[in-house]
Amino acid sequence: MKANVWMGRNHLEIQDVPDPQILNARDAIVRVTSTAICGSDLHLVDGYIPTVKKGDVLGHEFMGEVVEVGSGVRDLHVGDRVVVPFPIACGACFACEEGLYSVCENSNPNAGIAEKLMGHAPAGIFGYSHMLGGFPGGQAEYVRVPFADVGPIKVEDDLPDEKVLFLSDIFPTGFMGAEMCDIKPGQTIAIWGAGPVGQFAAASAFLLGADRVIVIDRFPYRLRRVQRTGAEVLNYEEVNVLDALRDMTGGRGPDACIDAVGMEAHHPTPAMYAYDRAKQAARLETERPYVLREAIMACRNGGVVSVIGVYGGFVDKFPMGTVMNRSLTIRTGQCHVQRYTEPLLQRIRRGEIDPSFVISHRMPLSKAPHGFELFKNKQDECNKVVLTP
Amino acid sequence: MTDKFARALGWTSLALGAAQLAAPRAVTRLCGVDDAPGATTVARLVGGRELLHAALLLGAKNPARWAWTRVAGDTMDLGVLGKAAANRTGSRRIRVLAALGAVAGITALDVACARGGTAKAKGPLQVRASITINKPREEVYRFWRDLENLPSFMVHLDSVRAIDQRRSRWKAKGPIADLEWEAEIIDERAGDLIAWRSVPGTGVSTAGLVGFTDGPGGRGTVVDVSLEYGAPGRKLAAAVARMFGEHPEQQVRDDLRRFKQVMETGEVVRSEGSPEGHRALRQLHQRPAQPIGGRA
Repeated sequence: MKANVWMGRNHLEIQDVPDPQILNARDAIVRVTSTAICGSDLHLVDGYIPTVKKGDVLGHEFMGEVVEVGSGVRDLHVGDRVVVPFPIACGACFACEEGLYSVCENSNPNAGIAEKLMGHAPAGIFGYSHMLGGFPGGQAEYVRVPFADVGPIKVEDDLPDEKVLFLSDIFPTGFMGAEMCDIKPGQTIAIWGAGPVGQFAAASAFLLGADRVIVIDRFPYRLRRVQRTGAEVLNYEEVNVLDALRDMTGGRGPDACIDAVGMEAHHPTPAMYAYDRAKQAARLETERPYVLREAIMACRNGGVVSVIGVYGGFVDKFPMGTVMNRSLTIRTGQCHVQRYTEPLLQRIRRGEIDPSFVISHRMPLSKAPHGFELFKNKQDECNKVVLTP
Repeated sequence: MTDKFARALGWTSLALGAAQLAAPRAVTRLCGVDDAPGATTVARLVGGRELLHAALLLGAKNPARWAWTRVAGDTMDLGVLGKAAANRTGSRRIRVLAALGAVAGITALDVACARGGTAKAKGPLQVRASITINKPREEVYRFWRDLENLPSFMVHLDSVRAIDQRRSRWKAKGPIADLEWEAEIIDERAGDLIAWRSVPGTGVSTAGLVGFTDGPGGRGTVVDVSLEYGAPGRKLAAAVARMFGEHPEQQVRDDLRRFKQVMETGEVVRSEGSPEGHRALRQLHQRPAQPIGGRA
């Protein structure tokens, strides 16, 4: 089959690889009908996530049709149409019982590696490094899906792929980012990053009752897109974000701040950018945490900083003093997608939201490396690329 | 204690090495050898060597054994200073002799530390690990008590066959030849603990204890494992660990993780990066994360 394969930093290739096969009794093989490129895939391509290997198949946002099931799969059958959550979860451990699917205790066969870097190991993730399991991803014609009776959600044919595909990651991720803010009526939420996840976070914040949403980015076309959700916008290359947020919130600061950017943030001051960029290039720190620092500084006293942008390792110059002295709460996590698929599918069905609003490009899987180029370099107003095998 | 001592020696090496690299002339003067041609170069080289000792003693997990490298260095220094003392007179000779005395004292300390480290390395190897399993205690205990189940999650075991209620025959893949030994259960309390040891004279010397307790708040079962490998077993454990690129502690933790997978999900979870599951751990030598051709 054809698959999008990581061959080194900034080097992707469409290659012929073997078809997947059942390895565990609770596996299913899914024929992919739609898959997407995620912002977090860029961290892999740029080489900032450790333990990615030459030959790894990427992709963790995908859906398709079940073509084979293992002997231990109960309520999933050949022919079922499913969307597959990006974290792999067993459904039986303590974490899964608590709804903390992205830290499933059983789904990461390489937990020993992750433990060394992180203290304890999170769940396995499709196509996202060996530390997170060494599972091939979904930018391929077929995928093996472990614990197929736990994660995948069945979807009837009446909803097209484009409306439900993003239940695999970015819609639930944006939603969880907003949910972690504990939004109360009348509140103002600031979101850093107007990419697809930021756009979903903005839409979700309104769904959860936020009064105002302010989104910060530097690409006018992305800011225009997020304005469609009803959000106000700030271009950080034109204004001082801290001053602007203070002015817009009566001097108090946003009630909650969402970091939808993560480890490869940019900074408007060249010297500041150069400082962390140089350290990152020399692998002295793995992150460029401008957004995290700024979100913490901006948040009102006693507010919540919700981090859904991906971080991989270690952050320097972390403003712990302001977190502690101003009673801030930091909430974060890889999205526990399985918790949200059913309720969000219902919201889509009821017409509360149509997630396909983020799509800007559609292309065949064979063009995946080109899609990555457009997406990474923000060419052609690229916002979200959907690939079809 | 020995390790603390070794770390202290490591810091000494660091200080000494830094001094010799930063101010070689002062050091040679202090030792009374500043008149020799190339003395500063030698001092710098010795300084570099000291930094190497420091790195070994401060970085190693079991630093005491690395004190032998310091002993080797001391021998070299004693030789050089001894020769220097023979060729010098007057106040220089006194300074050289003082340096010689100091080095001799340090050598004695180094030897004591290194011997302590070696003695420790020859003792039995003890490994402990624990994990919480989301199943009732009785069920977890029963699975383990059927010792024939152990190879389903213990990576280095080929098979365990029960001979009777107490005795069993174990087979493991060794680095060169397969190993086989007999073990007996020496204590067991249903639902609480199982203790076993290899029968003396059957090739491998090993003992184990596994305890089962209810998790706090009734949340599952806590499994605590302690293993001990005697002289022959120790070699086996180390060799197996090397084969898989792991520390014995890591190996036991991974075994327990697989035990948890079997108990909670029915089998060992496999990924294409480590497709052999429990047959051979490939954590450090992973395949690419792409489907594997042919039979898994």
